[in-house]
Amino acid sequence: MLRLLLPKQRLSRVRHYTAPINGHPMGIANSSLLLRTVASAQTDSRLSSLGLADTELRKMNMCQAINDALRIAMQTNDKAVVFGEDVAFGGVFRCSTGLSQEFGRERVFNTPLTEQGIVGFAVGMASRGHTAVAEIQFADYIYPAFDQLVNEAAKFRYRSGNEFNVGGLTVRAPAMAVGHGGHYHSQSPEAFFAHVPGLKVVVPRSPTEAKGLLLAAIRDPNPTVFLEPKILYRAAVEHVPTADYTLPLSQAQVLKQGSDVTVVGYGSQIYALENAIQLVERDTQASCELIDLRTIHPLDADTVVKSVNKTGRLVVAHEASRTMGVAAELASVVQERCFLRLESPVERVCGLDVPHPLVFERFYMPCAVRVYEAIKRSLAY
Amino acid sequence: MASVFRLLRTLQSNNGLLCKASSQPAFSRLPQQMGRHHGSAPLTRYRCAYTRAVPLASAAFSTSSHPMRKKVMFPGSLNSEYTHELSFASSVESIPTYQVMDTDGKVLDPANEPQVSEEEAKTMYRNMLTLNAMDQILYESQRQGRISFYMTSFGEEALIGSAAALDPKDLVFGQYREAGVLLQRGFTIEQFMNQCYSNEKDLGKGRQMPVHYGTKELHFQTISSPLATQIPQAAGAAYAMRREGSKLCTICYFGEGAASEGDFHAGLNMAATLGCPVIFYCRNNGYAISTPSIEQYRGDGIASRGIGYGIDTIRVDGNDIWAIYAATKAARTIAVEQNKPVLIEAMTYRVSHHSTSDDSSAYRSKKEVEDWSKRDNPISRMRAWLENKGWWVKGEDAEITKSAKAKVLEAFAAAEQLKKPAIRHMFEDVYSELTPELVREKEEIEALIKKYPDYYQVNDYAKS
Ligand SMILES: Cc1ncc(C[n+]2csc(CCOP(=O)(O)OP(=O)(O)O)c2C)c(N)n1
Ligand SMILES: [Mg+2]
Repeated sequence: MLRLLLPKQRLSRVRHYTAPINGHPMGIANSSLLLRTVASAQTDSRLSSLGLADTELRKMNMCQAINDALRIAMQTNDKAVVFGEDVAFGGVFRCSTGLSQEFGRERVFNTPLTEQGIVGFAVGMASRGHTAVAEIQFADYIYPAFDQLVNEAAKFRYRSGNEFNVGGLTVRAPAMAVGHGGHYHSQSPEAFFAHVPGLKVVVPRSPTEAKGLLLAAIRDPNPTVFLEPKILYRAAVEHVPTADYTLPLSQAQVLKQGSDVTVVGYGSQIYALENAIQLVERDTQASCELIDLRTIHPLDADTVVKSVNKTGRLVVAHEASRTMGVAAELASVVQERCFLRLESPVERVCGLDVPHPLVFERFYMPCAVRVYEAIKRSLAY
Repeated sequence: MASVFRLLRTLQSNNGLLCKASSQPAFSRLPQQMGRHHGSAPLTRYRCAYTRAVPLASAAFSTSSHPMRKKVMFPGSLNSEYTHELSFASSVESIPTYQVMDTDGKVLDPANEPQVSEEEAKTMYRNMLTLNAMDQILYESQRQGRISFYMTSFGEEALIGSAAALDPKDLVFGQYREAGVLLQRGFTIEQFMNQCYSNEKDLGKGRQMPVHYGTKELHFQTISSPLATQIPQAAGAAYAMRREGSKLCTICYFGEGAASEGDFHAGLNMAATLGCPVIFYCRNNGYAISTPSIEQYRGDGIASRGIGYGIDTIRVDGNDIWAIYAATKAARTIAVEQNKPVLIEAMTYRVSHHSTSDDSSAYRSKKEVEDWSKRDNPISRMRAWLENKGWWVKGEDAEITKSAKAKVLEAFAAAEQLKKPAIRHMFEDVYSELTPELVREKEEIEALIKKYPDYYQVNDYAKS
């Protein structure tokens, strides 16, 4: 009835930062970095090196790939448990769908609504050698657990002289922008945790990556914060190996070789970088190297340094606000280790220094336009 | 031991002195009994740093009937007595639920007949209908992709009764499902629409998601998504009001799910120990997204926790607008007259999906929801009461709903036509002044916009 009362109008929920630039298609859906065909998965060097080239593949979005990783983690380790707010029915993003039916409510359970409780509980389980995979419903709501992560999980091993550790702890949280999340459903808190010795911080860019990195994080003997760019849950689809596999932590990946400028990012930001590079290479003679950091901390500085020593230029991008962010750390490492090789100042393309603003998100974002401009500035310096 | 008491007493009299020295008129100079120390004469002091909210009573034991029992002397115990029986305390009887009228709108105890004028009652009812109509339209408009998000109050419309019982200057801290409070306060349909549409007339300047309302004029703090953060804030604001001597209080709404957060416990304890005139109002609607209350807590609801913190507590039928009204009125009197917090737990049922991002059929049956809304609907209960009073004519509803919908649609269409707030609002209000960083970033973005006007679709935004 109401449908009739409301005249149809243009949808207001356009993902503006993936709108075409000068007619060039943008965004995840068109990315050539994703294993969108069986052939691309079968020839992927990353998967071949793991001996996965000829194994069974299944089409999965990132949500399904994470679900698959959680299932494998539980199947292969009886001490693994998965819990958090609304996790039992599948979670608000459906990442834990089917797990409580398969493994029972003792291993897959809802918790009361308390993030400090969830992470503290997970620390306690991990301190007994169990594998606790805790979900924080949105990364924006991780701060009540800040104390448990920063003061407890991060220091558990060190403060006890390695009498105790919480290596079995993994905290998963959906993070970053979705186009309509505003202040509290869009944040990128990785720098807070990367600043803390003792925690690992991982951000995957795709379903295949998410599965392998999450399994690695769960099995890594250190507490890990695993931030999932929630826009990729449905938008990124790949042919993912169904086998049990891990991808290495603290190893950046060179996604595209290039000789004139190194472009670094992680998570969903990779797709904006890909688009910017396409535009630069269309409009200029330059060739760009693209690196996905994958693990934010401990950082694989060597891969970035090696690349910058080749190209002489660096552009770093992330959605989190610029000031005191991850890009600042990378810029500083690179000026320390590549000083004489640098041809131009390191460019940072980041979220603006404002709270993530709902209706201004398209200006806030380090979108392909801004990256494109930064790369050109770097090249023209 | 005696020295501990001496120390305590010195601290207390210092507190008293501090208060006396203060020029603030706020500290009501009522003598107060300190029941903390067995054996010592009751201490009289000025109400200052804290007040005891709950009478110190242990009805189960009395010294006279158990001559062997002695009261415990530790400073942290409250009138506890020694026992020689090894037993663990567990739940006591469930706290009763205060009700004024039954589901047919009949007042069950004539002494409880609501003391309101016909006009007041009708305004409340009209607001219930308007809230319902607005929710239907905005819910539907989200489904059409015209606004990005929405949360409805279906089944919880009786919350309006709490707003009606307050002074309009009492300060509100909400969670997000309190649009009814705003309606009752006089927030206009246009203001609701402008916020949900993030347009240039949105008081929040388009920065937050829909339903994150806030208005200084109506003393309603802006909604913040992180749960329970408003609870200790409400205690602090109430303490400030007490210092101002304003005879006003704070009301703080939250869900039974949010009550699991650490901030809930922190806030209640702060309010109790510091004597804050705040009404904590828990909307216990049975669910926190998919999590039923049985998985949220094992005690006697949220109410039992109030007692644990030494806070006067009442549980009410949250679908009975008059029970809510009466309880909030009484709570307000306690808060303002005695400078202490009160907890109200209103039992209701979330007929709505959690939000437009949620499909509740994934975790509860449609039948459960239908049964609930049929069995006990706060709107039809209020209508029945009005009809019993002869203040309402059958069929009048349809008229009101129709005109409310027309009003909402009109405001909606107008809101939709307006531009988004000017881009400069993205940079302002981060700090009281733009920082050098922000000035630089603003210039950078302005230059980009000039270069890529189509990409940035700047025509959607107001000019300045
Ligand atoms: C700190 C924090 N954690 C998680 C969330 C996500 N979240 C939003 S609403 C909600 C459920 C709240 O339930 P309840 O307090 O009972 O209120 P109701 O929705 O029933 O009115 C959750 C988990 C949040 N907003 N903030
Ligand atoms: Mg609830």
